[in-house]
Amino acid sequence: MRIESETVQATSQDAPVVQNMIQLENVSVEYRIPTERIGTLKEFMIRYLQRRVGFRKFRALDNVSLSIHKGEVFGIVGNNGAGKSTMLKVISRVLRPTLGRIVTYGKIAPLLELGAGFHPELSGRENVYLNGALLGYSREDMDRVFDEIVSFAELEPFIDSPIRTYSSGMYARLGFAVATAHFPEILIVDEILSVGDEAFQKKCNDRMIGFRQQGATILIVSHALDRLQDMCDRIAWLDHGKLQLVGQPGQVIEAYRQEMH
Amino acid sequence: MNSVSGTVYDSAKQISPAFSEVRELRNYRYLLAQLVRRDIVTRYKRSVLGVAWTMLNPLGTMLILALVFSQLFKTVESYPVYILSGLIAWNFFSQGTNAAMSGLVWGGSMLQRIYIPRTIFGVSAIGTALVNLLISIVPLILVMLFTRTPIPWTVVFLPVSILLLTGFALGFGLFISSLAVYFPDVAEMYQIVLFAWMYLTPVIYPENIIPEKWLSIYRLNPMNAMLKMFRIPIYEGRIPTGPEILPALLWALGMLIFGWFFFTSKTDEYAYRV
Repeated sequence: MRIESETVQATSQDAPVVQNMIQLENVSVEYRIPTERIGTLKEFMIRYLQRRVGFRKFRALDNVSLSIHKGEVFGIVGNNGAGKSTMLKVISRVLRPTLGRIVTYGKIAPLLELGAGFHPELSGRENVYLNGALLGYSREDMDRVFDEIVSFAELEPFIDSPIRTYSSGMYARLGFAVATAHFPEILIVDEILSVGDEAFQKKCNDRMIGFRQQGATILIVSHALDRLQDMCDRIAWLDHGKLQLVGQPGQVIEAYRQEMH
Repeated sequence: MNSVSGTVYDSAKQISPAFSEVRELRNYRYLLAQLVRRDIVTRYKRSVLGVAWTMLNPLGTMLILALVFSQLFKTVESYPVYILSGLIAWNFFSQGTNAAMSGLVWGGSMLQRIYIPRTIFGVSAIGTALVNLLISIVPLILVMLFTRTPIPWTVVFLPVSILLLTGFALGFGLFISSLAVYFPDVAEMYQIVLFAWMYLTPVIYPENIIPEKWLSIYRLNPMNAMLKMFRIPIYEGRIPTGPEILPALLWALGMLIFGWFFFTSKTDEYAYRV
């Protein structure tokens, strides 16, 4: 997978000024929850024959239509269970929508639970390559950014030690460094990062701001409303899977706060 | 209306998942190599002898089985070679399919976070087993040298045997791992099935001890056809004939196609399930 391809600006005259990076058209995601847990094949067969395999349908996203533009910092707010994570999963291709259509233009870098694919017995170096591969990069892609990753994570002396010897801060720093090593056309951030100490958090923030200045589209889910209001260009408010409001950060957050109280 | 280069993903434009999966797997071939590497390297990471265990394991098993059963099967000439030629094939199959199953269950947590081709865990599990199979050929050669069994030229047929068994194991591994996603009990049950299956397959005993009346049922066992592909060139020292290859080829192709389509027809559901 190559990601060097910088986004090419629309050249034709009647091209729209705003370029969509993410487009959701009437997207619904439905989970089928078995009314009772059926754990064994035998049990399933018996119930299937008796036609007693019951499912309750649960709509995590309900008919959501939304366009996110190039270069935008877009926030999503909502209570727990409102469908925020489901929306991120649909966008990052983890879930296919049950109904509707989703189109994304460009390489997506998900910044969810950093270092999830690390193997404790492998060295930091080996894990950088493994994690890079999980994110869809090739060996050459990783060779190119390897030194930069190590210095950004401040792990030069430890990079050849097994990762089980790392502290949780070191672990998360390496995860963040790998996930953001390449310029992402679309960056997905679940919860504002709280990685390492304050100095490192500032570095993370600076890197995200850098991406933004280079024209990346950033999608953030968070409960930290004040920070969202500062960072975002637009915010969407989800409630029980439905899109309540999309618009200026101040306006949306105020409406959301009022609804909550 | 968007003229954006790079990776465009459109959920509405999906060709058959069985085919798009092949393309995605190609895109992620570096991850495939990384997963195989990880599994080989980490398996014996903390042991002193490391990867040597890949050779010592079948060698040890073989020695024990040879000691135990050589009295019973006195009629079998150079019994250690007989058993080891069957055992490497059987171990490849049982290891590979088992790892495919646990790989998807492990990978489940990854599948819920980021997009990865779903077949990658099954394919990498078979890849790992394949590397182990190649390494375990070393003790086989050692045993042949030690027992002064001449190594026949017909071993050049082995790449074909390995290819057939790989196809069969991959198809079966994908099938069993998608079952295990829906029914966790399958993982436990499969251990028993494998155990019984091994004794239904002439891995440690000669074919000729099977009573006449059971032969027709016995021939239905696909692993029997597979094992022959290894034993005939290594142990009997001849190239398998067409009628001997045909059932192995049909099983391999049939199982591969069935397993691949069965698995990929459900790929969109795994992230909801695992």
